[in-house]
Amino acid sequence: MEVAIVILTGVFFLVSIYLILSRHIIRVLLGVAMLGNGVNLTIFTGGRITREIPPIIGNNASVPLEGIANPLPQALVLTAIVIAFSFFAFLLVLVFRTYQELGTDDTAEMRDAEPKGEASPPLGY
Amino acid sequence: MQLTFYALFAPFIAALFAPMLVRMFNHNAGWILAVVPALLFFHYTGFLPEIAGGGRVTGGVEWIPSFNVNFSWFIDGLSLTFALLITGIGTLIILYAAGYMKGHPQQGRFLSFMLMFMGAMQGLVLSDSFLMFFVFWELTSITSFLLIGFNHDKERSRRAAMQALVVTGLGGLSLLAGLIVIWNITGVSEISLLLGTGDTLRESPYYLAAFLLILGGAFTKSAQFPLHFWLPNAMEAPTPVSAYLHSATMVKAGVFLLMRMNPVMGDTVLWETVLPLFGGVTLLVGTWLAVRQTDLKLMLAYTTVASLGLLVMLTGFGTDKAIEGAVLYLIAHSLFKGCLFMVAGNVDHEAGTRDVTKLGGLMAAMPITFGAALLAALSMGGLPPFVGFLAKEEIYYGIAAADGWSMFITAVAIVGNALMLVIGFAVALKPFLGAKVETPKAAHEAPLLMFAGPLVLAVLGLVGGLLSGAFHKFFSSPMASAVAGTPLKIEISVVPHLGLALTLSLVTVALGVAMYWAMAWLRGRMANLLEAIGWGPDIGFDQFMQSLVKGAAALTRKIQTGSMETYVTIVFVALLVSLFGGLYKADEWPQIPEFPRLFVYEWAVILICVIGLFSVIIAKNRLTAIVSLGIQGFGVALLFMLMGAPDLAFTQFMVETLSVVILALVMTRLRLLPQDHRSNYQIVQDGLISLGVATALTLILLGVVQTEFDPTLTEFFNAYSYTIAHGKNIVNVILVDFRGVDTFGEIAVVMVSGLAILALIRIMPRKTNPDLPRSENTEEII
Repeated sequence: MEVAIVILTGVFFLVSIYLILSRHIIRVLLGVAMLGNGVNLTIFTGGRITREIPPIIGNNASVPLEGIANPLPQALVLTAIVIAFSFFAFLLVLVFRTYQELGTDDTAEMRDAEPKGEASPPLGY
Repeated sequence: MQLTFYALFAPFIAALFAPMLVRMFNHNAGWILAVVPALLFFHYTGFLPEIAGGGRVTGGVEWIPSFNVNFSWFIDGLSLTFALLITGIGTLIILYAAGYMKGHPQQGRFLSFMLMFMGAMQGLVLSDSFLMFFVFWELTSITSFLLIGFNHDKERSRRAAMQALVVTGLGGLSLLAGLIVIWNITGVSEISLLLGTGDTLRESPYYLAAFLLILGGAFTKSAQFPLHFWLPNAMEAPTPVSAYLHSATMVKAGVFLLMRMNPVMGDTVLWETVLPLFGGVTLLVGTWLAVRQTDLKLMLAYTTVASLGLLVMLTGFGTDKAIEGAVLYLIAHSLFKGCLFMVAGNVDHEAGTRDVTKLGGLMAAMPITFGAALLAALSMGGLPPFVGFLAKEEIYYGIAAADGWSMFITAVAIVGNALMLVIGFAVALKPFLGAKVETPKAAHEAPLLMFAGPLVLAVLGLVGGLLSGAFHKFFSSPMASAVAGTPLKIEISVVPHLGLALTLSLVTVALGVAMYWAMAWLRGRMANLLEAIGWGPDIGFDQFMQSLVKGAAALTRKIQTGSMETYVTIVFVALLVSLFGGLYKADEWPQIPEFPRLFVYEWAVILICVIGLFSVIIAKNRLTAIVSLGIQGFGVALLFMLMGAPDLAFTQFMVETLSVVILALVMTRLRLLPQDHRSNYQIVQDGLISLGVATALTLILLGVVQTEFDPTLTEFFNAYSYTIAHGKNIVNVILVDFRGVDTFGEIAVVMVSGLAILALIRIMPRKTNPDLPRSENTEEII
């Protein structure tokens, strides 16, 4: 079971990195969103996988049953999902505003900070 | 606390108050400020009897005990004579500067820099610990930079200041390395202890390294050929700076360093070859270049270079007499050169020009200045009964011998000294004697503040020569003993002794006088020669600096192309290399796994994820891409559901829904081209990079799940979730209880990004671009 999820995680990485390498800023954004899922799956799988039994203590018991899912990676991933989402929202707005300001979605044309053919530094004293 | 401790800080404190005092008393503040170096001078004279008796004084406080670094000072003949020169001439210079810069709007700043330099120089010669020595050494470079560039509205000043800083700063780094090497060889980090280590340094296999590094520091500071060029350029500074830093004190720091190291590093073949060689070349180059100049200050500057060469040559020559000659010459030079610079400043100040060809007959207008100049020039020319004469006699005693090397060095010294006499006379006599020449300003005598300094120094040069017994007892003999490392007693007096030295002196004077008359002719020849050569280290410096700037710009353009694509590609290639490199290095490849056995519905969910992922890539329009993004997100949520993580699944559902909705809303406001910008070549390249990184990450994760699981933390949370925290949903308990602070941090992150989003939205577009695509008619594009 774990092997299948591991390979799926690999596919997540493959696709998201391919998208991030693009010059198209929306595709970069989509890639970042998927990368978050890939990372979450990595953490989740690293804590080993069991089927179906959630880490919840039953009524009238003080400790859970044997064979429940590992709660620790779940707690970590829960935090990560929320942070990835706020990160995604910020990037989205950034992309939107960049597009409004520069009129392009091609990263190669966004050269306000490092313009092409910048003058050489002065040689005098 | 000993008084010397406060003495080391006194000039810096005075520097703090200088601007305020100048604001209150104008140039008369000089009288108040000069009290500080005068008091220091008297403080150091208190050490004279003890040092003359062969004693040494050390003291200090702990500075950084954990590194065994002390704030400690060390006074022997060498450092005491230097300290007296620094504070004594310093007193006169502060007065002189007050007169010279009278009415200058930044006079306070100027005096402040001068006092700071004085403090640095004083610290340099008195330091015992290596670290302190280095810190003060660099401080002299920095204050020198400030003073040379004082007229910072002139490009020439800025260039000269930069040049001095680059050359002496690099030398300072070399010195630091040298001191560390010495520290490692001998195990001591204090000069007083180093002097007691005997032959340790000389016999070390790392002697060559220490030697070269120390030389790097000394030769840059003391302007030895071919690093001499910064010193004449430093004449851009106001004249008090030239008189103090670039003749009497700072440039002698390099010689001071060599003299300091002589007892432990000298007396080797290397030392006695390299030092006389470079010193001799510097002596000749300096004097010949001085002949070429017509500017009084530049003539003096080049003879300063020459004198430093002579001092280095003598320090490395290896006989006791040569060291005595060096010591005498160093003191004499400080007196007459400081004086002559101030004379040049007076002429410039009162007559309005420093060009020697445009000056003449000033004797009547400036009698006191002329008197001082004459005395100093006679000392510089090595005529009796001045200190300069003693020095020259002793030098000839020290170096004249029958072997070839000594004869060569003697010849160099004779030519150098003769030329020195020429320049001394040219500076001191030419502007004052002869027919009156019309000068830009109607010349008159300089005020008291400005003739006091040169006069005192010139008279001291005479007194020292006349009272040579006391002079040797208190100054030159203790200093020479410290340099040699063995007690020396100098006995030379102004009474001429018939012999080889006197003959050589006569030859020198005769040669000098002859050349003085032929000076105009010599100057023309020199100018032609230099024109024929055409290139010098000064031009070389510009070429070096320009190629540095150009090289840096080219490198920046190369590695910072401004293309995000390139940056991201580099990041992922680096990641690829480090991941596979790590796997290869650790040799921890995972085993080939068995084919996973899953239920059909599990396969289905995995398939949904994969379909979602790839449809994002191949999506023909934005809407398909957004929906596909949603599909992979929901696929992950289903996986969480199936694997016992309902909390994750719910959160993931919610987040993905929100993402898709917001993304769709924003997209309708953009008019985007659906095509990928990438060329086929780039698609293959990016595909290979991402495949490589993904493979590496998969292999690592596979390796992780194949190792044995350590359930310690999980068992802890399972066991105590209810018993301690009274919660039955263990994931929730971890989030809000065990790791509550983390969750608080997470909320803070969400809040901050919310604020950032708000800020981004509320900044209005800074320009209205008519070409900018508008949000109308976007439906057809989506």
